[in-house]
Amino acid sequence: MLHHGPMTAPPPEAGADAAPVLELRGITKTFPGVRALGDVELALHPGQVTALIGENGAGKSTLVKILTGIYQPDAGEIRLDGAPTRFPTALSATRAGVTAIHQETVLFDELTMAENVFLGHAPRSRLGLIDWPRMRREAAAILERIGARLDPDTPLRDLGIASKHLVAIARALSVEARVVVMDEPTAALSQAEIEELYELVDRLKAEGKAILFISHKFDEIFRIADRYTVFRDGEMVDAGLIADVTEAQLVEKMVGRAVDTIFPKRRAEIGAPVLTVAGYCHPTEFEDIRFTLRRGEILGFYGLVGAGRSEFMQALFGVTRPSKGAIRIDDEVAVIRSPAEAVAKGIVYVPEDRGRQGAITALPIFQNVTLPSLSRTSRRGFLRLAEEFALARQYTERLDLRAASLDQPVGNLSGGNQQKVVIAKWLATAPKVIILDEPTKGIDVGSKAAVHEFMSELAAQGLSVIMVSSEIPEILGMSDRVIVMREGRIAAEFEREGLTPEDLVRAAAGYGETA
Amino acid sequence: MTRLLKSRELLLSAAILALILLVESRFRGFAAPGNLTAVFNDTSVLIILALGQMAVILTKCIDLSVAANLALTGMVVATLNAAMPGLPVGLLILVAIGLGLVLGAFNGLLVWLLDIPPIVVTLGTLTIYRGLVFTVSGGEWINSFEMSAGFTALPRATLLGLPVLSWVAIAAIALAWLLIRLTPLGRAFYAVGGNPHAAVYTGIDVGRTRFMAFVLSGGLAGLCGYLWVSRYAVAYTDVALGFELDVVAACVIGGISIAGGIGSVGGAVLGALFLGVIKNALPVAGISPFWQLAISGAAIILAVAFNARAERRAGRVILKRKEASA
Amino acid sequence: MSNDTVLETGTRPRRLPDRLTGRGQRALRSWELLLLAVGIAIFIANSMASPYFLSAWNLSDATFNFTEKAMIAFAMALLIISGEIDLSVAGIIALSSTAMGFALQYGAGTPVLVLVGLGTGLACGALNGTLVTRMGLPSIVVTIGTMSLFRGISYIVLGDQAFSGYPAGFAVFGQGYVWWVITVELAIFAALALVFGVLLHATNFGRQVYVIGNNPTAAAFSGVRVARVKMILFLLTGLMAGLAAICLTSRLGSTRPSIAQGWELEVVTMVVLGGVSILGGAGSILGVVLAALVMGMVTFGLGLLNVPGIVMSIFIGALLIGVIAIPRLIALARRRAA
Repeated sequence: MLHHGPMTAPPPEAGADAAPVLELRGITKTFPGVRALGDVELALHPGQVTALIGENGAGKSTLVKILTGIYQPDAGEIRLDGAPTRFPTALSATRAGVTAIHQETVLFDELTMAENVFLGHAPRSRLGLIDWPRMRREAAAILERIGARLDPDTPLRDLGIASKHLVAIARALSVEARVVVMDEPTAALSQAEIEELYELVDRLKAEGKAILFISHKFDEIFRIADRYTVFRDGEMVDAGLIADVTEAQLVEKMVGRAVDTIFPKRRAEIGAPVLTVAGYCHPTEFEDIRFTLRRGEILGFYGLVGAGRSEFMQALFGVTRPSKGAIRIDDEVAVIRSPAEAVAKGIVYVPEDRGRQGAITALPIFQNVTLPSLSRTSRRGFLRLAEEFALARQYTERLDLRAASLDQPVGNLSGGNQQKVVIAKWLATAPKVIILDEPTKGIDVGSKAAVHEFMSELAAQGLSVIMVSSEIPEILGMSDRVIVMREGRIAAEFEREGLTPEDLVRAAAGYGETA
Repeated sequence: MTRLLKSRELLLSAAILALILLVESRFRGFAAPGNLTAVFNDTSVLIILALGQMAVILTKCIDLSVAANLALTGMVVATLNAAMPGLPVGLLILVAIGLGLVLGAFNGLLVWLLDIPPIVVTLGTLTIYRGLVFTVSGGEWINSFEMSAGFTALPRATLLGLPVLSWVAIAAIALAWLLIRLTPLGRAFYAVGGNPHAAVYTGIDVGRTRFMAFVLSGGLAGLCGYLWVSRYAVAYTDVALGFELDVVAACVIGGISIAGGIGSVGGAVLGALFLGVIKNALPVAGISPFWQLAISGAAIILAVAFNARAERRAGRVILKRKEASA
Repeated sequence: MSNDTVLETGTRPRRLPDRLTGRGQRALRSWELLLLAVGIAIFIANSMASPYFLSAWNLSDATFNFTEKAMIAFAMALLIISGEIDLSVAGIIALSSTAMGFALQYGAGTPVLVLVGLGTGLACGALNGTLVTRMGLPSIVVTIGTMSLFRGISYIVLGDQAFSGYPAGFAVFGQGYVWWVITVELAIFAALALVFGVLLHATNFGRQVYVIGNNPTAAAFSGVRVARVKMILFLLTGLMAGLAAICLTSRLGSTRPSIAQGWELEVVTMVVLGGVSILGGAGSILGVVLAALVMGMVTFGLGLLNVPGIVMSIFIGALLIGVIAIPRLIALARRRAA
């Protein structure tokens, strides 16, 4: 935004009919075990906001990475002003005028805000040295423009998640851009900050920028978008003008299937309370979480990314310690100070970040499965491989694991099969409560159904399940009861009967409530 | 204001000042300007090496070969000087820097192109370079009478009241500050160590940046090779044996995080000076110099414990009002 | 609730085989085999280069080149596999040896000396382990610090003096023979190789060491008590350094603060040369044993050729880098060609 000349801003009225600045045609991207994008199309028009809508795992983030030169597509072409082009590096995309606000903040905690905004393209003096005073001034100006009245000399580590997000936005605006990609830019912002962002988007439109706006919040899509494109399971299912659709139609396109036929939660006998959580608090991440979980019940936790669900679950599992609060397991007071204690008390956790926290990818399947059960498979501390293979086979075969052998490294398996290994690991410990954090994230449709199938089985056999999910159909289909979290607190609690997608969306985003 | 109080440089300056005053209170004359400049001069080589090491550590690497590099370049220039006393000293200094650069580049290439962990690379080159010193010299010493007068005189010559050795250190500090603070390469050191994943997003080549840090560290070690042998007027195989640990210690004490991405030129200089003051205070205070090793060891442990407390990261900070008060 | 009944889905699952490739097949491609080949080549080269090499007594003397270092290398291998490192081991030797010399001044006999030596090692390991596991400090810096601290205490106690006059009975560790040319140290080395081999490869504890080295976060999330395992490894490493101090002091018959200077690098080289990944998560005790033999033979062979020790270090350093660099260079060349 710094040096834009008079020629770069066509009159906004031209936007509606102008040729697209950037077009994607037939883009396909495959990762080992999963096709992230299949033959997708996307067109971004100058002076218009295109909303990209899709559930988690629909391929939106992969698309952003292709647009910004982080990933290379396997097939298809990118057209800039109608001419085919390529973005082999992050720098080449930036030079072509494509800039992005990434969902995960790709920033530097130890550098100042000003430098985070300008790293890689800092203003230089005539000697070629970095011009700090100018960098500070310009950073302050950009921050001011997006409504962030923050000192540009503050180190980023002193900021909270919301302010960091503003810095990411400022960074995207610090280059001369023609296309601005915003990947859930309002996820962590307050209502006032969101309003300032809307104004900014309006200004960018007026300047003739093409904007790709990724969001889960339908109110804001209808507030600022001109067009929409819907992705589902890595494919483009629909595109058109926002003026021609309703919110309900968009939700349907996004979900794409009749909810309760795909997600078969069986009727299970719901029994006595197994786990009671009272007033769990954490200094910075969550506050006053309370609920009761019963035998045979599946309790869904819905919320937007960053609502504090995973943080709470990890405290429940003993990874972090709560500052206040108590739990009872089978009506006895329990104190959990480490995952080892949680496992011993019958609470197990299948994390969202499978590669880092769930599976030990370099080690074979059987060693992953038996890890928490080694005291049972071994004798006097010595390994007994035959027992290990037997235990591993028992649980992996029941989950219908697809692998060449039990000795295969877990990293060679597809996402869905890796997830089965992690779940098998916990089932082998005979738990009372299993916490599943985004259990089907990044998993192909076939494996998803299998995961849902045995979640039902587990509940039917009397296990209690907590399911954290950002997918509305999964929440609606699987849960007996749903707790919605927002900004670290419980925002609402719903029974299964009569629950609609709109209820969840409204509770999670915090609008439509007069209270 | 709170940021200023939390500043590592300020705390370290205060600690050094307190140390000087403590020694001065018991043994008058330690804080005299003449003595303090002597202490600075004595610490010059450590300061210069710490600046190079800092660049390497900023990128999440470590260079344990600096002392061996110093010994090898020192021996090579001393041998050249003894064999051909006519060679101008300036040329020998260029040879020292050039050879140091090559030795550093060798480390950097192994880290960059072959992705071998820096600690393995520099442990290996540490023994290789040190062994080469012996091969070059045949195990012989080169003593002052074999060196030309100009070769040994330069670091001791005084300019505006300070020895040239001190001036070299001051110039190195100034140039390092310029590089680290005002050039894209210097800022890339921070980015690569602080968040290598994000550095890719900003278009920074992580491997190349690390290579440049090793080249810098090597070049400075080469320069110190000349400075060391000319100042002490002797070159032998065990010159500066184990000195790489003092260099790493200076950096750690100066608040440069071994995890990468955190540190400043001021910190590196003050960390080196802290060790320099202790080393020079011991004989004055009548404490056996044998205490020095244990003291620097204890200082490293305390410094790293202190760093870790300062570096502890907060979570995502989801609760909004908490952020406001943070 | 019987857990076996949880997941009866009705459909008959496919049977997963335990392993596809046999263990023998995998061993053929292994690092250990490469080391063995290198070892044999050096053995042959040595015996051709010097007529003195193939003598039982000479070979017996040559084992002192590696036995003490290898004792530490076994424990260090476990520590490095778990993702940590201990650079203070040579400092621990100095401090243990000094403590024994100190005890000697008060008339301690051999049993007390041994206890003091091992106890000092254990205490040093406990300090390292506490700093790393309780305070969460990076082990590479902590142990650079304690390395100076431990040896520094030796210097404070001894200065430029030395302790000597160890009792005759104490000499057995570094100078004694079990049978014919088999030294006490070699016997200790062999026994420890067996113990550490079993500990790493056949126990729950060893499995946890690998798991932690591969992914400490997932290990903790799987209920592994990561801090406790690492603490035990630091204690073991300290203990082994104490044992090495007993052997070395007994062999030299005296204690100087400069004892075992620079050994930490040789021990780490031995471990890495043995195929243990410096990044953690992989390696075997057999590899370390072979690396110890290779390094010992190289040192001995070059010694017979009158190559000075410092020049041998060039060879050791090149070996350390070469064994890691060459496979990567080949891979790089292949990628370039493709």
